[in-house]
Amino acid sequence: MFELKDYHVAYGQSEVIKNMNFTLNPKEIVAILGRNGMGKTTLMKSLIGMIPSSKGSVTLQGKELKAMKSHERVASGLGFVPQGRMVFSTMTVQENIETGLTSTKRNSVPDDIYSMFPVLQEMRKRRGGNLSGGQQQQLAIARALASEPSVLLLDEPTEGIQPSIIKEMAKTLKQIRTQRNLSIIVSEQVLSFALDIADRIIVIEKGEIVLDTPRDAVDESKIAAYLSV
Amino acid sequence: MFEEYTMSELTSIFAMQGFAGLILFSVLVLMALGLAIIFGQMGVINMAHGEFMILGAYITYLTSIVFSEHLPDLFSGYFFLAMILAFLGSFFLGAFVEWSMIRHLYKRPLDTLLATWGLSLILQQLYRTIFGAREVGVSIPDWMMGSYPITDLIEVPINGIFVMVLTLFISLGVYLIMFKSSLGKQTRAVVQNRDMAGAVGINTEKVDRYTYAIGCGIAGIAGSAFTMIGSTGPTAGQLYIVDTFLVVVFGGASNLLGTIASAFTISQAQSTLEFFLSGSMAKVLTLLTVVGILMLLPQGLFALKIRR
Repeated sequence: MFELKDYHVAYGQSEVIKNMNFTLNPKEIVAILGRNGMGKTTLMKSLIGMIPSSKGSVTLQGKELKAMKSHERVASGLGFVPQGRMVFSTMTVQENIETGLTSTKRNSVPDDIYSMFPVLQEMRKRRGGNLSGGQQQQLAIARALASEPSVLLLDEPTEGIQPSIIKEMAKTLKQIRTQRNLSIIVSEQVLSFALDIADRIIVIEKGEIVLDTPRDAVDESKIAAYLSV
Repeated sequence: MFEEYTMSELTSIFAMQGFAGLILFSVLVLMALGLAIIFGQMGVINMAHGEFMILGAYITYLTSIVFSEHLPDLFSGYFFLAMILAFLGSFFLGAFVEWSMIRHLYKRPLDTLLATWGLSLILQQLYRTIFGAREVGVSIPDWMMGSYPITDLIEVPINGIFVMVLTLFISLGVYLIMFKSSLGKQTRAVVQNRDMAGAVGINTEKVDRYTYAIGCGIAGIAGSAFTMIGSTGPTAGQLYIVDTFLVVVFGGASNLLGTIASAFTISQAQSTLEFFLSGSMAKVLTLLTVVGILMLLPQGLFALKIRR
């Protein structure tokens, strides 16, 4: 349903993502692994349209997204949770989630979002910037879900979050997938989290896919070797 | 400096200068509300803000002429139509300027200073060519003339009261737009992080255009109000731009309540001091105080307390 073909991203002359091809299936969770500087964040940012792609195509349910602006991509069904959360810090929790409703017809936060993240309901009058890291991560996910995406992109969601909460997050994300019938692409450095959550693991190195394997057939030591410096 | 006045004279001087200050306050608040949106929220250093105000003033002047020549029966109500036209005129000019100029400069906020300064020169010359270098005055309808005596010594002008009521409503309107409407929410999101706002589904280009245009439109209304207390000339806007920036920075750039409080402080200080000292001494004292306070509170009077 979500497909990259011959996909390239470049900053000026230097190509960061080279000739990437892959297809995401409905309700699939794919983890993209790779060391720092291998192009994970660049890939994610270009998929949501913050950085233009230089060549190739990206389609969602047959619709070409390449020429679209970020907000049009969101309206077509992409949701994005950036690295470092990027919640709107001077706005309240509720207002943060409401910004995600812009591309929908709704104007109040649907109940199921609050029931998924009860802590956000409790804190809905607080400013986003005054939440803890883990709470901000939940807020960023809730904000992305508010636009009712069919594909959710998460860029390093575990960064700066304590291990016990990482476990819980994996559970929540799987739950979201079943409840809302969406597919998830998550970029990661933490192997255990990726193995916990993903149906399929992709390893990228220097902007190219070097390994693409279903979760069940994973050779942990081989992936660990890719991730070690 | 107080010796030559009796106690009751002093009271009335303070009351009347205070009231005169309130009219200045109204114009400053209207100017500053627009600028608080454009500069405080969007980060665009809009040096042409005064010219947007003067556009509103000229539109008011034109409307008054049209009414007095063709619709003398309705002259007493022309001001309301003039205000709406002034808003629309500045709004559309603002939208055009955003589209042609400002939108290319969001990543380089300091360059907006030069670009809008150039724009302000262009507009000034345009006004001079179209309306002439001489200042024009607007004739005020009868019901706004005269003043309302409170005591023997204290009188308040009716047009002053009108301008203040107007300011009150517009401040309320701006507050509702920025903090209660969905456009306001989107604006604040875009201002904080343009890329991220796009990535949650906000059409950032549209939001930028509306925000800038509304800020300019409010300056146009300020221009309408301005015609009641001063005469309109091509460069009249320049006299206000520095004061307006001062108000916005002093109030805390992203806080509307701070903007109003600081406009009040500055205009009152200015107006009361002007009576006893010369105009420039009054300005020097006001500026010194503002600079002193800003050294202690670099974020302005009211800053939001959040983790950054």
